[in-house]
Amino acid sequence: MKFDTIIIGGGLSGLVCGISLQKKGKRTLIISSGQSALHFSSGSFDFLDRMPDGTPVENPIEAVSKLPAGHPYSVIGRENVAAYAGNTKRFFEECGVTLSGDPDRNRFRITPAGVFKRTWMSIGDFALADSDREKIGERILIVNILGFLDFNTAFIAEGLENLGSQCRCTAVKIDELEHLRKNPSEMRATNIARVLDRQEVTDKFIAEVKAALKDEDTIVLPAVFGLKNKSVTDSIKSSLGDRKVVFIATMPPSVPGIRTQLQLRSVYEHSGGEYLIGDTVDKAVVSKNSVMSIGTVNFGDMSLEADSYVLASGSFFSKGLVALPDRIFEPVFGLDVDCPAERKDWYSTQLFDRQEYVSFGVRTDAGLHPFKSGEPVMNLYAAGSVLSGCNSLYEGCGAGVSIFSAMRVADLISNKEE
Amino acid sequence: MKMQENNISANGFEQCIKCTVCTVYCPVVPVNPLYPGPKQAGPDGERLRLKKGVFFDESLKYCLNCKRCEVACPSGVRIGDIIQSARIKYSRHSPSLRDMILASTDLVGSTATIAAPIVNSVVRLKPVKAVMDGVMKIDKHRTFPEYASRTFESWYRKHARASQDGYRNHLSYFHGCYVNYNFPKLGIDFVKVMNALGYGVHLLGGEKCCGVALISNGMINSAKKNAAHNVGLFKESVENRKYPVVATSSTCTFTVRDEYPHLLGVDNSSVRDNIFLATRFIYGLIDEGKVKLVFRKDYGRKIAYHTPCHLEKLGWGIFSTSLMKMIPGVTFSMLDSNCCGIAGTYGFKKENYQVSQAIGKPLFDQICSIAPDVVVTDCETCKWQIEMSTPFKVMHPVSILAEALDLEATAAANR
Repeated sequence: MKFDTIIIGGGLSGLVCGISLQKKGKRTLIISSGQSALHFSSGSFDFLDRMPDGTPVENPIEAVSKLPAGHPYSVIGRENVAAYAGNTKRFFEECGVTLSGDPDRNRFRITPAGVFKRTWMSIGDFALADSDREKIGERILIVNILGFLDFNTAFIAEGLENLGSQCRCTAVKIDELEHLRKNPSEMRATNIARVLDRQEVTDKFIAEVKAALKDEDTIVLPAVFGLKNKSVTDSIKSSLGDRKVVFIATMPPSVPGIRTQLQLRSVYEHSGGEYLIGDTVDKAVVSKNSVMSIGTVNFGDMSLEADSYVLASGSFFSKGLVALPDRIFEPVFGLDVDCPAERKDWYSTQLFDRQEYVSFGVRTDAGLHPFKSGEPVMNLYAAGSVLSGCNSLYEGCGAGVSIFSAMRVADLISNKEE
Repeated sequence: MKMQENNISANGFEQCIKCTVCTVYCPVVPVNPLYPGPKQAGPDGERLRLKKGVFFDESLKYCLNCKRCEVACPSGVRIGDIIQSARIKYSRHSPSLRDMILASTDLVGSTATIAAPIVNSVVRLKPVKAVMDGVMKIDKHRTFPEYASRTFESWYRKHARASQDGYRNHLSYFHGCYVNYNFPKLGIDFVKVMNALGYGVHLLGGEKCCGVALISNGMINSAKKNAAHNVGLFKESVENRKYPVVATSSTCTFTVRDEYPHLLGVDNSSVRDNIFLATRFIYGLIDEGKVKLVFRKDYGRKIAYHTPCHLEKLGWGIFSTSLMKMIPGVTFSMLDSNCCGIAGTYGFKKENYQVSQAIGKPLFDQICSIAPDVVVTDCETCKWQIEMSTPFKVMHPVSILAEALDLEATAAANR
């Protein structure tokens, strides 16, 4: 089977790349071995929260020029990063995903643990604060669903009270959700959201919130609304109209993240892109610095061919990188991986320290071509968290690297062919 | 370190990181509160069951075995297999008479075909439906698929067999119970299309039901017997005659390729790669440049394609959709990935009827909003469910090909 471009990996990076290429009239295929890390997203996109030395970043576009040469943003190029950052909001808007925030400015989100954390843009549900000292309301009602453990109202109240707000916490009982409580490990954001997607259940929730409401000016709710039915989120805001409604992300799985994944996939498929899910690339023929064909578990002996290939297979979680006790490797093409030879250099035994393994990945040349046995593979491009050169967790740059490298690869592929 | 590397079970249950993604994509969870969900029923429950079988929970029977959890899992855990294996190993529930009748597609089919006109009209009678509903617990809303008055095999012997040796290439056809007893036309279409592509179509010589309904109704010993028998026939075909095995049903294909080794412990490794779904096989021939398709110039259809769950698990939906898109005059719509809810015999059971229809509702709504000339899918039970739940006719991609191809010109091009 033949395509213009085959993308390995169907998460944020693979989908942004695929949608961009489809827009340019290419025939593309995405192969995804299971659902992606977007399912665990915070609901916000980080661009660059702090420099590799720990300095906080206020204007991420400006900060890019001070990054080291091997950083993915340096490889993409400062001018390009600025252009893609400027374009991100519109790109997602066209895909039906509303983002709030500005390209050249970091703001703050509230975490499920009630602390303010720097971020860049947020999916529509979430309000962003201009500073980590900003009060989101004077008197705040924090509402949870009875039995839901992944939304800790006491932590959130403590965080907000530290900033001078007055908080009151309550939990409402919804009969339709009671069956989930039989097993606490099933009382999770997505399972709750699937029930709340029924408007009549969300209406009951709204009635409970109204009953609990006293003189509060602001209502904080867990982000468990609108998994597949976005209109329930809007109905909450309109029904509680005169009060400010703020959604705060829950612990994973992430309802806004999954909604974004489903939306991007739907846009990709409606633009004519082919999406194979639950399949794994298990064969790759590379000859003379060029990928000739690949094969998958489900395709068996039928090969897949394309003019260009994109590796957007993610990091360890998605098995874009595999760690064995004695080595770390890239399993699809056997590409050169940037990582120290000694296992003891991979990690710190202090869990909350900066962990080096997060920065491991494939090295590329300036055209985002990864290397195999020291030579760049010229019709292969790498995008997203499989790239080396940044510690996305420490620097807070995961989504930015995924989105901008995907846009860059799409441009490189279409410019090459023109 | 060594322990970590060597401690991986066949179904990968210890790879589960408790991320709950499987539960997001389970079609049963949002509509049936009695089902604990794939994570709990699968890897979570397995941990306990490995300690003691007493932790087995009969609510696992609500699993459709659609495998959507496995398709979604980012960690490669065979969740559906874990659940079905647990049912096989621990369930003490013995199949009722109703379950045995629903599961015995072979026996019931061969009996019903003899008296097809009578059986077809009798099972439609209201009093009979009431008895089936009340006594047998087969839901009265269901209409039994009609039985044909002559089996596909007898049509084949009379009209096709003599000419099949005359073709350049050959294959064995696993027609399954549905084509044989309920809908011989699909088998006839398959023979027409493959003959036009230069392939002689041969029967396996005594195939038995793939066993999918036996598995889901807990009749494991019968399923194992059928599996062993069929694998013997596949070996005879693939290894001795060098004929690949091709099936038109996506669920039969999935069962004989994957459920045999994973659930029934019947080894098919020497033949598995030579068992194909019809659309996968035909697309492969086109892809390798081995056959040419000549389409009729006057063909026009608005098609909406539904991917059956087991075809999604096989990862082969793209072959059916690519074939449909190839046909000039076809306006193609892809339906969203959504289980239709029937899951073989599951939806026929009175206790599952409501759940079954609730699962399929988004699909039925979407079909009605598109209003196609015909819905296309590779699965016979999806066909029943969609035809019962919407006003639209459902066809198999092979039957669409049989309509759209200029069969004579195609035959001439492949001679």
